[in-house]
This record gives sequence, structure tokens and C-alpha cells, in this order.
Amino acid sequence: MGQTLAEKIFASHLRDEPFQGTKILNLDRVLCHEITTPIAIADLIWREKDRVFDRDKLKVVIDHVTPSKDTKTATQAKILRDWARRHEIPDFFDVGRNGVCHALFPEKGYIRPGFTVIMGDSHTCTHGAFGAFAAGVGTTDLEVGILKGVCAFREPATIRVNLNGTLSAGVYAKDVILHVIGQLGVNGATDRVIEFRGPIVDQMSMEARMTLCNMAVEAGGTSGVCMPDMTTVEYLWEFIQDEFSSKEAALTEYQKWVSDVDAVYASTLDIDVSDLEPQVTYDYKPDCVKSVKEMAGTPVDQVYIGTCTNGRIEDLRQAAAILKGKTIADSVRGILSPATPKVFSDAMAEGIIQIFMDSGFCVTNPTCGACLGMSNGVLAEGEVAAATSNRNFNGRMGKGGMVHLMSPESAAATALTGVITDARTL
Amino acid sequence: MQKKFGGSAIFLDRSDINTDEIIPAKYLTEVTKEALQPYILEDLKLDGFDPKGDDLKNATVVITRENFGCGSSREHAPWVFEVNDVHTVIAESYARIFRQNMFNCGMLAIELPKESIDELMQLQTSGKVSVAVNLEAGQIKAVAGGQEKLFSFAISQFDKALVEAGGWVEFADARY
Repeated sequence: MGQTLAEKIFASHLRDEPFQGTKILNLDRVLCHEITTPIAIADLIWREKDRVFDRDKLKVVIDHVTPSKDTKTATQAKILRDWARRHEIPDFFDVGRNGVCHALFPEKGYIRPGFTVIMGDSHTCTHGAFGAFAAGVGTTDLEVGILKGVCAFREPATIRVNLNGTLSAGVYAKDVILHVIGQLGVNGATDRVIEFRGPIVDQMSMEARMTLCNMAVEAGGTSGVCMPDMTTVEYLWEFIQDEFSSKEAALTEYQKWVSDVDAVYASTLDIDVSDLEPQVTYDYKPDCVKSVKEMAGTPVDQVYIGTCTNGRIEDLRQAAAILKGKTIADSVRGILSPATPKVFSDAMAEGIIQIFMDSGFCVTNPTCGACLGMSNGVLAEGEVAAATSNRNFNGRMGKGGMVHLMSPESAAATALTGVITDARTL
Repeated sequence: MQKKFGGSAIFLDRSDINTDEIIPAKYLTEVTKEALQPYILEDLKLDGFDPKGDDLKNATVVITRENFGCGSSREHAPWVFEVNDVHTVIAESYARIFRQNMFNCGMLAIELPKESIDELMQLQTSGKVSVAVNLEAGQIKAVAGGQEKLFSFAISQFDKALVEAGGWVEFADARY
């Protein structure tokens, strides 16, 4: 019987099985940010165990509220900063070099096929785009990860999602994943890995694959995964070229993680995306999904483009193509937060930042900020946002606010008109 | 050290209650668990629910529906229960990270089938519901106004070991 990618990673990283069905895995990466890590650090100090299992496997960033907005967030940043310095963690990203964790760490080449990755952040599933097993965890799991380099999991079965057909112009990875979540429901993949397969995924860039995997948790999934292929190798090549004699050699090595043809799945979902239209959420759950056409005309107060879902250069290019030479509606506040400094500077070099600014957008530094209502664009009671983020929970971007999730192209079109708009109708 | 379980129950009769509702992100800037205490379930969208009411103040058990604790990985959600003396949650199902966070903190996330949760909800009509948990026997006894109902539950050996050890740090530290 063959194995899935997740099963191969579990088998190769198994440290212990204290009870049947409980797998203690060795970790290749423990990622840390300033919201969930400080309490782990404080607890380690209290236990007189202020140690790290391997400083090179820890990657640390201040990203949720940065630069700090008040004394409390400054304190969180300081706890993380002091800890990173104390343990001489080489890969620590502070103001000026910091960006949204799930965009920054892949961009630095830290995530490789076959890796085990945890972070005290639910959207850690993003990194499965590289053929890794990447799971969000709480602070206690993070703390044990930092100290011991292990994490416990029930071995998840895998749901295979075959994405077939051809994507129409104006339909993107975000529309696909919203549609998939609509099909699975918000707990349809609980204790499962979602494996994204098929010609649509094969043709996707790493950025688009990260958008897919980023939202696996919105269906309850432990990790989203894509199979490593030449696109993965090309993305990583600048970081791995000393390890392999050629790209083909890297591909051969990485493909050992690809799910076997006779692997067994918990279930399989076949979706032909050829007729898929741009998607948008309504209500307060990410599985409440409709076509943008059905929601067209709904007024919004704010348009937010950025986040770990859709703040990468490809996303900004798509939005800029819509905004170019136009002005956003007077009734709308447009906010762009490029996800990383590299995205920001690439966007400047390509003239994208200028397009956003000329259209009336405010451009902020890279940060998670407004996506979870912490800074840089919080909604007032009763306000409505169109956002390229991943959660539309009640109060997510501010108490009493409503969030409609959509692709960068739909968000840009919505900014121009002030009402939810299918970009293809402009 | 093992925590105390059971006690007076509050019913949150809705599925998909997320961790943003349990503890809004704006409070994640706190660096102690105790500081979260006043903000429990502040943004919960549920008719008739009052986050400042006596029902919640007196409760040490939460009884709820499907997919409880979905969304963010924030352990602040179990913590805000912990610092409000709620150490037991009984639900039809949980989001994975929340469930693990509960056991990692040495708290109980018990799963019961929908029919049992329905029965528990029904029991409210007889008066205030109080729940006793027998971890060894895997049994819950719910009492209200002279009425009594028994339910069996199962938790994994690992989760039970975490509860007995007082949490994952204690378990892992002794072993790895």
C-alpha cells in the first residue's frame, strides 16, 4: 500500500509513539512571532528552562503589530527581541526587515519539501505549498517545540482535492480555495490534511499554491499540501543550488515526498474549475461563499489588500492591473500592506506602489495589522470591508465590523466602485 | 497537578464558535494569562448571551455544539477559560488546535454525540445544570432539579496522560 506525502513525512520524522495513534515528530522548523511566543518564553524562564533546541531551526519575526503601536505591543516585541538576542538566533527579523511570517519565511527559502514545521499561528498550513507538513499550534506546543524540537500529532488522514479544467481569466487561487472551503465546510477537514492536486495546481506558481494552502485551516485542515515539482525547485533554487548538482537532481530528491499513486485517501473531491467565477464570502464564516456577481452592489467602507493569503507580488500585480490610471471611490478607504519588504521593494521597482498611491490607496509597511483588527485599519462598528485576507469572523477586523473575503483583483475592482464588483464587468 | 473538573454549566447553543469570539485579537497584546480574565467570550454572537452575566460568572463547565474553538491557534482561548475557572468543555466536536491546546493546558475537551448534547440542553428546563466528571470511568453525571443523566465519553490515552500530568510541558519534559 502506498503512502501519502503526509504519511511519508510522519514516518521519516517519528521520534516516539507514546500511545497508539499519537505521533511525536521531530521538527525541522519552529517559527515564532511576537503574539504567541512571549508567554512561552515567560513560562520557560519561570521553569528555569530558558533554552532552545536548535537556534538554526528557529525562525523569528515581529509581524503582527509592527512597528509597535503602544506599550503593550512594544513589550511583546521586546520580549521576543531580547530572547532572540540572548540565544543568538541568527534568523530574527525586526522592524525594517520584517514581514508577515507566512510570506517572509518561504521567501527566505526556509521551507523545504519533506519538512515538519510548526508555529503558534493557525495559518502555518501555508507552508505545505512546498510539500511540507506545516501545522498551526498553540503556545504550549510552541514552547515544547522551542525547548525539545518535537510536537505531538494524531496522524491525519488526507483529503485529496483534484482541481481539474481550466481557470477562466479573472479567476485566481483565492477564488478556488474559497470555493473548496464552501464545498468542505468549516470543519470538513478537521484532523485531515488537504492535498491539492491536478492540472490547475501543477500550473500554479508557488505564490498561488501558498494562497490555496493558507486557507486549509478555514476548512479545519491540519495542513494544506501541494506536491513538490519543478516550480518548487525553481522557487527554492537560489537557496539550494549548493546542495544539488542540477535542478533535475533537486527535483529527483524532492519527488520522493510525492504521494504514491496507490496512496489511500480519507476522501477525494473532484472539482472542475472551468466554470468557476470570482468568489466572495458573506456572513461570518469562511464557508459562506457566493459568486462576486451574486454579491455585486454591496457597499463597502474599506478595501484591504495584503496579508499572508494575498499580500505577495503576484497579488499586487493583479490588483494594480485593475487600478492603473483610475481612482478609487470617494466612499472607500483603500489600504495596501505588501506582505514583506521584498514584495514592497519589488512592487516599487515595477511601478505598482505608484499605481496604488495614484489611485488613492494608503500604503502601509508589511504587517498583519488590520487583518485581525490589531492595527493599521481597524473597522468601526457597522463598517464593511472587502479584504484579501482569510477570515470573516464577527469582529475580526474590528468589533461590529463585517468582512467580505475575495481575490486581490475583486478587491481592487471593489475599491474603484465602492461596492462589491466583479472585475470582469468593469 | 491535575485540575478540578465539572461544576456548574453554561450552555452555548451554537456551532462554529471561533477563538476570536472567545477572546478577541485586540487582547492578545497581554503577556499574562490573568490579564485576559475580564474579556471572556466578549464577542460571542449568540442570542440572549451576556458575557458579563451571572450565568457565565458562575460557570465552570461550557456545553456547546460542533467545531468549537475554530479559527486562530491562540491558546489565549483555553487560557481565558482557565483563569475564569472553566476547566471543562463538552461539545459535539472541536477544531483541532483548540482541542489540543485544552489538553496541553491539562484541561478537558470532552466530545459527546449530538443526541447527548441535545439531552444536556434539554436538561436546562429542569433547572440549573451541574456536571460531575469521572475521568477514570469516562463518565459524566449531569444533575438539574432532581433529574439526573449519565453519559459515557472517551478521550485518547495521550490526552488523558496530559490531563493527569497537568499538561504537555510536564509530559514532554519528563520524556524527551
